[in-house]
Amino acid sequence: MMIYLNEFFFGVFPYIAGTVFLLGSLVRYDKSQYTWRTGSSQLLSNTPSFRIANYLFHIGIILLFFGHFFGLLTPPAVYHALGLSTSAKQIMAVVAGGFFGLVCLAGIVILVHRRTTDPRVRRTGSKMDMFILYLLFAQLLTGLFTITVSSQHLDGAVMLQITAWAQSLVTFQPDAADTILELHWAYKTHMFLGMIMFLIFPFTRLVHIWSVPYGYIGRAYQIVRRRASS
Amino acid sequence: MKVRAQIGKVLNLDKCIGCHTCSVTCKNVWTSREGMEYAWFNNVETKPGIGYPKDWENQSRWNGGWTLNGEKLQPKAGGKWRLWAKIFANPDLPSIDDYYEPFNFDYQRLHNAPDSKHQPIAKPFSALTGRPMDKIEWGPNWEEILGGEFEKRSKDYNFANVQKEMYGQFENTFMMYLPRLCEHCLNPTCVASCPSGAIYKREEDGIVLIDQDKCRGWRMCISGCPYKKIYYNWQAGKSEKCTFCYPRIEMGEPTVCSETCVGRIRYLGVILYDADRIKAAASTASEQDLYQQQMNVFLDPHDPEVIKAARYQGIPESWLEYAQNSPVYKMAMEWKVAFPLHPEYRTLPMVWYIPPLSPIQTAADAGLVGSDGMIPDVKSLRIPVKYLANMLTAGDERPVVHALERMLAMRQFKRSQTVDGEKNLAVLEQVGLDEETVEDMYRIMAIANYEDRFVIPTAHKELADDPHGERNGCGFSFGDGCNVASNGATTTDLFGGKRASRRKFPAPVRVEFKSGEANREKTP
Repeated sequence: MMIYLNEFFFGVFPYIAGTVFLLGSLVRYDKSQYTWRTGSSQLLSNTPSFRIANYLFHIGIILLFFGHFFGLLTPPAVYHALGLSTSAKQIMAVVAGGFFGLVCLAGIVILVHRRTTDPRVRRTGSKMDMFILYLLFAQLLTGLFTITVSSQHLDGAVMLQITAWAQSLVTFQPDAADTILELHWAYKTHMFLGMIMFLIFPFTRLVHIWSVPYGYIGRAYQIVRRRASS
Repeated sequence: MKVRAQIGKVLNLDKCIGCHTCSVTCKNVWTSREGMEYAWFNNVETKPGIGYPKDWENQSRWNGGWTLNGEKLQPKAGGKWRLWAKIFANPDLPSIDDYYEPFNFDYQRLHNAPDSKHQPIAKPFSALTGRPMDKIEWGPNWEEILGGEFEKRSKDYNFANVQKEMYGQFENTFMMYLPRLCEHCLNPTCVASCPSGAIYKREEDGIVLIDQDKCRGWRMCISGCPYKKIYYNWQAGKSEKCTFCYPRIEMGEPTVCSETCVGRIRYLGVILYDADRIKAAASTASEQDLYQQQMNVFLDPHDPEVIKAARYQGIPESWLEYAQNSPVYKMAMEWKVAFPLHPEYRTLPMVWYIPPLSPIQTAADAGLVGSDGMIPDVKSLRIPVKYLANMLTAGDERPVVHALERMLAMRQFKRSQTVDGEKNLAVLEQVGLDEETVEDMYRIMAIANYEDRFVIPTAHKELADDPHGERNGCGFSFGDGCNVASNGATTTDLFGGKRASRRKFPAPVRVEFKSGEANREKTP
């Protein structure tokens, strides 16, 4: 049973979540762009503490995302070639992850408090806005909790298991889930919540992540459009 | 020379009676929806006053419009990287309290209140939270007819370099109305500050629109616009603005605010301009030259060179013909009685204003203040010329004086013609007008018949669109098809399209009859 559940949640579910994430985003972009927005509530409650919190939260979470992305998907051979030992990489991950985790935490605590207690934000927001914020909060807390588990073993062996799992998944190896069968529940919870995040991504305001306006830097200030002629 | 056409607009403040019909008809058509209750694409403010949102003219507070960074023109909020860095939380964004917290009155209370010693009142309920509000703090016209203390109203930005203390005294007080809408600028800062590139100016008629599909709600346009005429729809999470009633304009009809204007102060007409000159004009070093520089961007529709270039660039013949009869061109360029609103923002706005005449102060009546030849000295008008100049010409009084003198001369001439029975041509000579021109001015500015106010060519959509594509369409939708929650057809939307909710008031309607009547009129 244990093996079956492990196989389902960490062997099959990642592909389900990933598929919904990609296809769902595509379908929403195609069919319902009017709903594709950041969903900002700054107009309704525009305090300095909110503005600072929003910066802390976003900067923290963006760096956490890239930390996870490169940390999970860089093959050991590559960072060894750069002169980084497995143990040193784990310590780096713990320190950087811990630091930006705390930055993000400082922000999200204020944001959660605001969305829960400010009547204007609470009443005008949707249930999904509330849900996704609490999910991010839980995800951040479980992530920070794994640091306490990691600090018990700094040799990098557990980290290798997790990165092997992630790299097997993205390269479509059949036995990805087996590599993390014995993993501590704290990591597994964190990983599961992460996949839930991908699963519900297309149905939340998170879609604005796809729309980082890179194009702005390069474009001319003024835009003039001609009526489309067929 | 790159010739483009725009439907420009002039508002004759001399005739505005402050009735707010424009605001109300606009609201009914465009913004009577959840998320937009606080937004007025058109509002009328009483000046002097700080307006709506509070203090909107003060760009050292809101960082709207453009500034010169050395010789380089850039948004006052910063260049592209600076703007990008502000994306998580816009430090210049007004909050809803700077506009006002939208509310509805609980009128049902007047019907269902129980017997009591005092008259029941309809309390305001917040449209945001649904909770009762103790006090309404601000609104789109909070300073109506000099409402509030002078102390607060005198924070008005247009009092710069005016000895304002004396205007707080009852004998010297003055006021005027300022109807405001999107300026549909030639150099709009909202377009320049939109990270998504969702805002654009239409090449054919110059209307500035927000692509509702492409807007992502980054909110930079709201602070970028120095006139604060872009509003964030908190229900949809998108920015919205005055559309210049483009569906009407395309059909050759005036905008709703213009159509319903009781005082007949609004004029619509074609202006031809040279798109190649915009950047240089907006980058003029001296703020006081911006008015003149903007006029240099406009093209003379009678000039054969301009007509040739316009034809070459595919501007329809009807548009050229209408441009030659444009009341907007006449008032702005030929008679020079209309001015842009705050040219110092460097946006090159396309809604222009004729400054209001005001009563001559009593001293002048008593013969104590000299008149300038045959017309009274405009310095003795109740509204200080400097105040108008700060609003319309970045503080340069000469063009405003010139316009006011021409308007006074027109009155003087018509009076001599119709009352005295003897045309006073000398007064026209004094302000550089001839009889034919002043009759034209009188016809358009004073009589202001419908067909003289609105000279709008149709958009020739038949040349651009294939109407076969419209068959079996579902009319207006938000781009997500016919059967979606955003237009109310279904209740669920997988992608979080929010249905506009109906407002709820705490007390339901309850009708009670006295015992005798209850028997007769028992409801099932």
